[in-house]
Amino acid sequence: MPDPKLQVRGLDARYGDFQALFGVSMRVTEGEVVAVIGANGAGKSTLLKCIAGAMAVRHNAIMFHGVPIGGGPAHEVVSRGIALVPEGRRLFPSLTVEENLLVGGQLGRKGPWNLKRVYELFPVLEERRNQPAPSLSGGQQQMAAIGRALMSNPTLLLCDEISLGLAPIVIRDIYARIPAIVAEGLSLVIVEQDIVQALKTARHVYCLQEGRVALQGEAKTLTREKISAAYFGV
Amino acid sequence: MSDIRVQHSNWSSRIGTTIVVIAFFALAAAPWWAERADLRLLAEIYAYVALASLWNLLAGYAGLVSVGQQAYVGLGAYLLFGLAMLAGVHPLVAIPVAGVAAAIISVPVAALMFRLRGHYFAIGTWVMAEVFRLLAAQTSALGGGSGTSLPASLVISIASSRQMREFLMYWIALAQMVAILFAIFWLLRSRYGLALTAIRDNELGARSNGIDVMLIKYAVYVAVAFGTAMVGALIFLQKIRISPDTAFSVNDWTAFVIFITVIGGIGRVEGPIIGTVIFFLLRQSLADLGAIYLLILGVVAIAVMLKAPKGLWGLIADRFGWQVFPLQRRLVMRKR
Amino acid sequence: MEWLNTILQGILLGGLYAMFAAGLSLIFGVMRLVNIAHGDLIVLAAYIALVTVQALGINPILSLVLVVPVMAAIGYGLQRGLLNRTLGDDLLPPLLVTFGLSVIIQNGLLELFTADSVKLDAGTVEIESIAVGGGLAIGVLPLIQFALAVAVIAGLQWLFYRTALGRAFRATSDDQPVAQLMGLNNAHVFGLAMALSLAIVAVAGVLLAVRANFDPAIGPARLIFGFEAVIIGGLGSMWGTLAGGIILGVAQAIGAQLDPGWNLLAGHIAFLVVLALRPEGLFPKVDRMS
Repeated sequence: MPDPKLQVRGLDARYGDFQALFGVSMRVTEGEVVAVIGANGAGKSTLLKCIAGAMAVRHNAIMFHGVPIGGGPAHEVVSRGIALVPEGRRLFPSLTVEENLLVGGQLGRKGPWNLKRVYELFPVLEERRNQPAPSLSGGQQQMAAIGRALMSNPTLLLCDEISLGLAPIVIRDIYARIPAIVAEGLSLVIVEQDIVQALKTARHVYCLQEGRVALQGEAKTLTREKISAAYFGV
Repeated sequence: MSDIRVQHSNWSSRIGTTIVVIAFFALAAAPWWAERADLRLLAEIYAYVALASLWNLLAGYAGLVSVGQQAYVGLGAYLLFGLAMLAGVHPLVAIPVAGVAAAIISVPVAALMFRLRGHYFAIGTWVMAEVFRLLAAQTSALGGGSGTSLPASLVISIASSRQMREFLMYWIALAQMVAILFAIFWLLRSRYGLALTAIRDNELGARSNGIDVMLIKYAVYVAVAFGTAMVGALIFLQKIRISPDTAFSVNDWTAFVIFITVIGGIGRVEGPIIGTVIFFLLRQSLADLGAIYLLILGVVAIAVMLKAPKGLWGLIADRFGWQVFPLQRRLVMRKR
Repeated sequence: MEWLNTILQGILLGGLYAMFAAGLSLIFGVMRLVNIAHGDLIVLAAYIALVTVQALGINPILSLVLVVPVMAAIGYGLQRGLLNRTLGDDLLPPLLVTFGLSVIIQNGLLELFTADSVKLDAGTVEIESIAVGGGLAIGVLPLIQFALAVAVIAGLQWLFYRTALGRAFRATSDDQPVAQLMGLNNAHVFGLAMALSLAIVAVAGVLLAVRANFDPAIGPARLIFGFEAVIIGGLGSMWGTLAGGIILGVAQAIGAQLDPGWNLLAGHIAFLVVLALRPEGLFPKVDRMS
């Protein structure tokens, strides 16, 4: 059994006095797609932020390629090969599309992803490469945010609610490109509100409820009833 | 059915207020137990407590960080000299008149300054002070660039004997400080004080709760200008001599005031008082060092800002829950 | 004709003011910090140039080779060692810390160099002038200063919009947390921004030292001129800052022509008029003040 690329073990996370995560454990292996689902406020985004190094947590709670990375700093975690597509896209508004992509790649990590390849994956971005980021549509911004994260040549890509606020056809369009993204062994953690999409895309699913893992398993073995129960805690 | 009451005082404020009242009577009697030099020192302390408390209200409570309050110190002083020497107003009467005039002038100044925000507002206030200074230097009727002195006849009109003048000026300085502290206390205790705290904590939230933020900021700015000008007028009445550089000195009227408030504790009424005491203690021991003294003050202020941003009193008050003036707002509920 | 000459002198002076302003607005743009010690740092650079010239006996303009890297290093250290700690939502800490810094620098220089005013001698270039016809002449030194100012501003524009560092500045200024998540070390980026600002301050300081007498107390006035140039020109625009500096310089020159005591006041009045009538400045790019 290959060593997991990412191992989260007993992760607690707090915002001041408020505890958002309680003893969360999770693992992601090479080339695997894992989905994290749950209601609003369940702690999904917090989990991704912890993995990306943006929150102060126990150093050993998160191991990446066997190295403890809990607590960041975030810019160092990126240099190790983790990239985040933030919730709400969060492109840099005063930069153009291409400049946003270039910032993603300015660490200079080696790998298959570069401007040319990102443009091949998302041709519409090349058309709009010199336009200011905020002028793009929601779906295009999402593609740009994914492209920006890919530019750092990560081995683990974290996607936080990439379907948020997008039309179904746009969501399908973006998800259709996932196979191309994970083709070379890139692992993917997606946080999704759209459960159908999550189950279709991921092999392994974790359901969070009020900061705890309420359910986990292979996507194909999870029934609608089990998921509802875990999602809503009834 | 429960009964909700707002409680302002606690055990420490009861003790503190008692001490303050006793101290006031002791200080009022100072002309009988203190030397002349001590009286002057005390008057200087009162002036700084007043200036620092006013700056604290402006910056610590209303969030208007000004590094240009020397504009009003100098303006008040020049208005007093102008009123007394050129308009024949009695020097003591000229103090409040100068205050009112300065308050009126501060309204259009505020209108200009409020177009700037945050850091740029701060520098803008400095520019205003410079403008006032340059205008004063151009006013030849009051000595232009080298300044002027109050004629002996006007000095004597304050009181016939020198001793009486010294006593009178001392009491006025004490009364001025007490009045300003009391006015600040009353303001903070009122619902306007609550509004100020709300604005300081979250301006947008305050506005959406119906608080007219702009009006309150204007009111505080003008009120502080009024108080600062009167303190400035009295300071220079005591000095008898005025010049643009001394009246509008950044060091004397802003740097020292800011350091006092930062070290004592911003955002609390007790802070400037504690800060002034520390400042004068430091001055007694270090003043011979000249420029190094100011340098040390700067270092101490930076250290306090980084390590103890709430100042000395902030540390103590937070740690022990003390307050000298009954200003806290505690909801006390009693079931009926 | 005399008026034309006055305006010309004002324009050239404006270049110097624009350079005071450039470093200031760079820092505000990247990290929303206004460095109250900015003017005093210009004076510090002038004194470092003084020491360099006295120790090595070189022409003051050459001293730039030493003063620029020294000031840049000071900037990086200052930002990472002290100023990064003050950044955040609260406006008081950076303002008060840089104010304290201003007092420290002024009094430190006073202790080391006394209050006597000094001036650096750049040689004959100070007196040389170029005739531009119609009886007008432009001093070579003011012309060099103006050209340097334009070069600095053009250089900043290029840096901000055409280089990776500029992208890093703009990204960090846009969204600090996400910039971190993209691998940008904010502490380092801010340090570089301050280093760049003080490099510009170094050039301004040397030019100041050669142009006129200086002493430890003139820092705050330089800060004010830089600030006024930024506000007159409009925030967010480098070329606007150049325009603001020129307008300020011309206003001061005209004021001086009317009455020597009015040169500073004329500049302040120009600033107040712009503030009253067009607070966003004459050529604003983006309103980043609020």
